[in-house]
Amino acid sequence: MLDKHADYIAAYGSKKDDYEYTLSEYLRMSGIYWGLTVMDLMGQLTRMNQQEISDFIKSCQHDCGGVSASIGHDPHVLYTLSAVQILSLYDNVNVLDVDKVVEYVRGLQQEDGSFAGDKWGEIDTRFSFCAVATLALLGRLDAINMDKAVEFVLSCMNFDGGFGCRPGSESHAGQIYCCTGFLSIAGQLHQVNADLLGWWLCERQLPSGGLNGRPEKLPDVCYSWWVLASLKIIGRIHWIDKSKLRSFILACQDEETGGFADRPGDMVDPFHTLFGVAGLSLLGEGQIKDVNPVLCMPEDVLERLGLHPDLLS
Amino acid sequence: MTSMSAITQTSDLTNKAALIPLATERPAYYRMSGIEETSNVSSEFQEERSEEEVEEEIGYEDPFRYVFYRDRKEWADLEPVPQDDGPNPVVKIAYSDKFTDVYDYFRALLKNDEKSDRALLLTAEAIELNAANYTVWHYRRVLLQALEKDLREEMRYITAIIEDQPKNYQVWHHRRMVVEWLNDPSEELEFIAEILSQDAKNYHAWQHRQWVIKEYKLWDSELEYVEQLLEEDVRNNSAWNQRHYIISHTTGYSDPAILNREVQYSLKQIKKAPHNESVWNYLKGILQDLGLSSHPGLLEQILELKETHCSPYLLGFLVDIYEDFLENTLEHHEEVLSKALELCELLAREKDTIRREYWSYVGRSLQTKYGSSDSSTTTSAPGSDSGSVHQETPCSS
Repeated sequence: MLDKHADYIAAYGSKKDDYEYTLSEYLRMSGIYWGLTVMDLMGQLTRMNQQEISDFIKSCQHDCGGVSASIGHDPHVLYTLSAVQILSLYDNVNVLDVDKVVEYVRGLQQEDGSFAGDKWGEIDTRFSFCAVATLALLGRLDAINMDKAVEFVLSCMNFDGGFGCRPGSESHAGQIYCCTGFLSIAGQLHQVNADLLGWWLCERQLPSGGLNGRPEKLPDVCYSWWVLASLKIIGRIHWIDKSKLRSFILACQDEETGGFADRPGDMVDPFHTLFGVAGLSLLGEGQIKDVNPVLCMPEDVLERLGLHPDLLS
Repeated sequence: MTSMSAITQTSDLTNKAALIPLATERPAYYRMSGIEETSNVSSEFQEERSEEEVEEEIGYEDPFRYVFYRDRKEWADLEPVPQDDGPNPVVKIAYSDKFTDVYDYFRALLKNDEKSDRALLLTAEAIELNAANYTVWHYRRVLLQALEKDLREEMRYITAIIEDQPKNYQVWHHRRMVVEWLNDPSEELEFIAEILSQDAKNYHAWQHRQWVIKEYKLWDSELEYVEQLLEEDVRNNSAWNQRHYIISHTTGYSDPAILNREVQYSLKQIKKAPHNESVWNYLKGILQDLGLSSHPGLLEQILELKETHCSPYLLGFLVDIYEDFLENTLEHHEEVLSKALELCELLAREKDTIRREYWSYVGRSLQTKYGSSDSSTTTSAPGSDSGSVHQETPCSS
């Protein structure tokens, strides 16, 4: 089926009148990252147009150094990270003015250590992750106040061992992925209560084998990534019933069109395709390249960059 | 900016000409004056003839026909900016006409940095077509401030938008900014409660609620609200999280009377719905600092519940109590360890098999940490995780 998925991604965005594609322009940079990463994991990166994408990224860097989702959109740390990830796949981060990217990220840090997403000030641990992941890929983690950044993320740790978007926010698998990823990059994983959090995470597995994001919610293939990667980071991935999860992920494929949907029978999209394939990689699927659980990029790319974020054992 | 005065003078005309077919759920903001009277006239004609014919016949534009910006006289001064998909786009994508039209003009406004009422109106249209487009929201905020718009009206607008699309980061962030600018949270708790009544777990709504409460110190009636939600759905994890949030920020849990109140409240909810992950997480969460085995009478209450309201969660909680006991007491170790290991085995083998790796791990850890140092324990059944739990306790030193 991998060839079918690769065909789906390669053709995505080239169909006329694709309303969904138009509507998702506000996240185009992330869309490209999802597509390229899954292609690379399947060994098919060369089917994508590197020059066109690099030119596009270049036009998306603003004077302040931040990168926008698409041309004519405003810069944001989410799309700054996606841009740096894409260029890292191509070993070509210098398409961007790297110093300015670093300045932009540095400027988003608040007094309490948290990070805003952009100049409008929304605070979220997702942005803490984006900030350090961006800087790690550029080899510039020294640019921010790491101690304060860690302090803020730890203040988002809840009574159940999980993390939310701000202090006090409900634990949520997506936020947990961002916070454990953050702590990995910051070298602070020992601050996590791995047994408690690992228990909360493996509790996400439902009888169907799929994973949800919070108690009493429905399973979704993307949680197969957020939950599984988090478990891998804290060294407890074996607490999931792997074969049941694998069956669930495979059931989310669309055998006709290629691609993965959030759950069996729904419409496919690149986002869920990446996380379905990446989840399978973490589960040890032979035909897929190893994926790094912290950065959600092929391990061989990080190897080339000399990046080895911590993992608990 | 030379056409600014012309724009404001013609805004009335814009309002009447640029009518959008109304849907009943549209915000009041959209309902332009003067439409309603003409509605009866136009509808009779529409079925039989084309729109162009109708227009000629009546001699005025059908107010209900959507007019593209490119056809509006009042917008003729602007050069629409087509979508730039980057250098050498692979294929020119044909978007829906209306979407293209609105966004071409939005880009034109941005390019000229136009700050006008018509720009504000256009952002509302652009938002309606794609409320996740954060650049449009940014521009709208810039306009609201530059034009010194009535923020109360903006509150009404954002209220309607959120009602329509409550699961979107931008709309909630926008609302927060307006509340901050007004420095008036008086509508918030009621509004959020309304949204939660449609989806009691909306993550964005809860974040906003926590912010409002903390920022404006509106703690007083929140515990009551949480209890009401838990009455409606005792499995609402967001509500349990909120319960913890409120108490942590007000009385705290250090007062034994409060802690016990919460323990008893939790046990009561467990009786109502034993298979409820949230309440067990909550119970463990509030007791783990002091130690699960330290709470007077809790073990007995749990053992009692085990007879009538058992669940994998209860069994797991018992393991936790036993583990805490082993950590903090020196007596009865073999007995307690034996019970704990037996439960781990039961959970792994039968009651929670999907997490058998976890339960095996817990059993092994307990065995390693608290098992007798006598080598006879470690040599038995080397392959089994939970050790020899069912028979008599190993002889101890």
